[in-house]
Amino acid sequence: MTSETLLTVDDFSVVYDVDPPVEAVRHVSLALQRGEILGLAGESGCGKTTLAYGIQRLLKPPAVITSGRAVFHDESGEDIDINALDADAMRAFRWDKVSMVFQGAMNALNPVASIGRQLEDVFLTHRPSMGRAERREECAGLLDLVGVGRERMRSYPHELSGGMRQRVMIAMAMALRPQLMIMDEPTTALDVLVQREILEQISDLRSKLGFSVIFITHDLPLLLEISDRIAVMKDGVIVELASALDIYSDAQHEYTRRLLSSFPSLTGERGDFIRGSESTPTTTEAAL
Amino acid sequence: MTTLDFRNVTKRYRVRGSGDMLALDDVSFTLTSGQTIALVGQSGSGKSTIAKILTQLERATSGEVLLDGEPIPHRGPGLRRYRQRVRMVFQDPFASLNPYHTIRHHLERPLRLDKVVPADEVEDEVRALLTRVRLDPDATIDRRPHELSGGQRQRVAIARALASRPELLIADEPVSMLDVSIRLGVLNLLADLQRESNLGVLYITHDLATARHFSDEIMVLHHGVVVERGPADDVILRAQHEYTRALRGASPDPDKHFADPSGRAVTRS
Repeated sequence: MTSETLLTVDDFSVVYDVDPPVEAVRHVSLALQRGEILGLAGESGCGKTTLAYGIQRLLKPPAVITSGRAVFHDESGEDIDINALDADAMRAFRWDKVSMVFQGAMNALNPVASIGRQLEDVFLTHRPSMGRAERREECAGLLDLVGVGRERMRSYPHELSGGMRQRVMIAMAMALRPQLMIMDEPTTALDVLVQREILEQISDLRSKLGFSVIFITHDLPLLLEISDRIAVMKDGVIVELASALDIYSDAQHEYTRRLLSSFPSLTGERGDFIRGSESTPTTTEAAL
Repeated sequence: MTTLDFRNVTKRYRVRGSGDMLALDDVSFTLTSGQTIALVGQSGSGKSTIAKILTQLERATSGEVLLDGEPIPHRGPGLRRYRQRVRMVFQDPFASLNPYHTIRHHLERPLRLDKVVPADEVEDEVRALLTRVRLDPDATIDRRPHELSGGQRQRVAIARALASRPELLIADEPVSMLDVSIRLGVLNLLADLQRESNLGVLYITHDLATARHFSDEIMVLHHGVVVERGPADDVILRAQHEYTRALRGASPDPDKHFADPSGRAVTRS
């Protein structure tokens, strides 16, 4: 029987060892459930991306993990301490168990290779025993799954729209049926209409395939709609972690409330203070 | 009272190999002092083409742009005078300020070039401009852009736009590059300045929520055509056009998401 917790992050800290050192992530602990979408919210520089990279050991010097560990509870029942993996084990672990969709990922495709070939690379590397026909079929199936369609196998990235390229990246991240996908602002560069389609797709696929998602963005209204739980980060610390509904209706931390109030409501009344009343200088900018 | 008439403007771009691209198709609107119009639509809808034609960075293929009834001059001192009256604030405050120059330099240039005030009053005017955008002159005037936060930089860009005492401001996504917690501060500043100086503002954005709260009217642009326009609340809450409804449906709206079956939003404590 597999445990219900997929990933345990315990007392995790990352320091950028520059002068003076920057404590980007400070003693973060959290437990991610199997099949859960966890939103990670915060503004630029709060440490959300550093945390996400850190737990997969994707950071390079001067970043140093100074404390804590991330333990992955594999569906086989094995507990994997990600920090303890050697280089080969780490390479096998990444993408197979945890994959990532990067910010601006749609621009990360190789312009001179067809998207089918780029998808095949994933299987060539991680499933070398797989036959050619099976590999092709897997890739075609993935493109169908994300709504790009198998007929685009031979297309080059420039022949696809930004939204389609982003879907190709999501297909690539799902190729090995990972148990966790980490998405760093996957839709920020896209139109709201395209963004909505992709979010619905991620949500559908999650129900179908049962993977967990850590979804990183500064767009709190969006997280409120798609997440099961939301962690709000500020200055390297998770200041609040609660269900989306609790964050929305009963935020405990003053910073969470300030973030929420930074977004005028689309259809509600909140936000009227822009039109009408005088503004007060913002506290965040008061200190130079 | 200043009136800018955008009248039956069509813009075609030549695209090599695939004929013309119709970026704007017979678009008309009027912006007057004291009024804020939001222009919304997804990428490629033609929003920025309108901004470029208004600032004469592009010319309309047909139709005309009139300021107080006069066509915009295409060159020379007339164009210069027009650009003093109709100013632009760009999206990216990291790109629109010159990293080599101090904030003083950025604000002195338009004051000197447009001879807004006599030379011996330039320094005082620079300080007054910084104060107007709620920056501390002593703490900012000798700094360079990289020493300021994104919000502070955008405030400097707004001060620069105000230097020539314009009557109309074209703001193309002025807050989308800023951190969320300072966006409202900058929008509130624009709203205050607009009231203080009776500015007319064209607010170009893809964010329906701020468009609704910040502006008097909203125009929805789709494939170069204005498909809907009207008072801000009407366009968002009682959208008539299918495309406006699609845009609204796609925008995150937690209030609706968490609304209980009786239709009442969950109250936030």
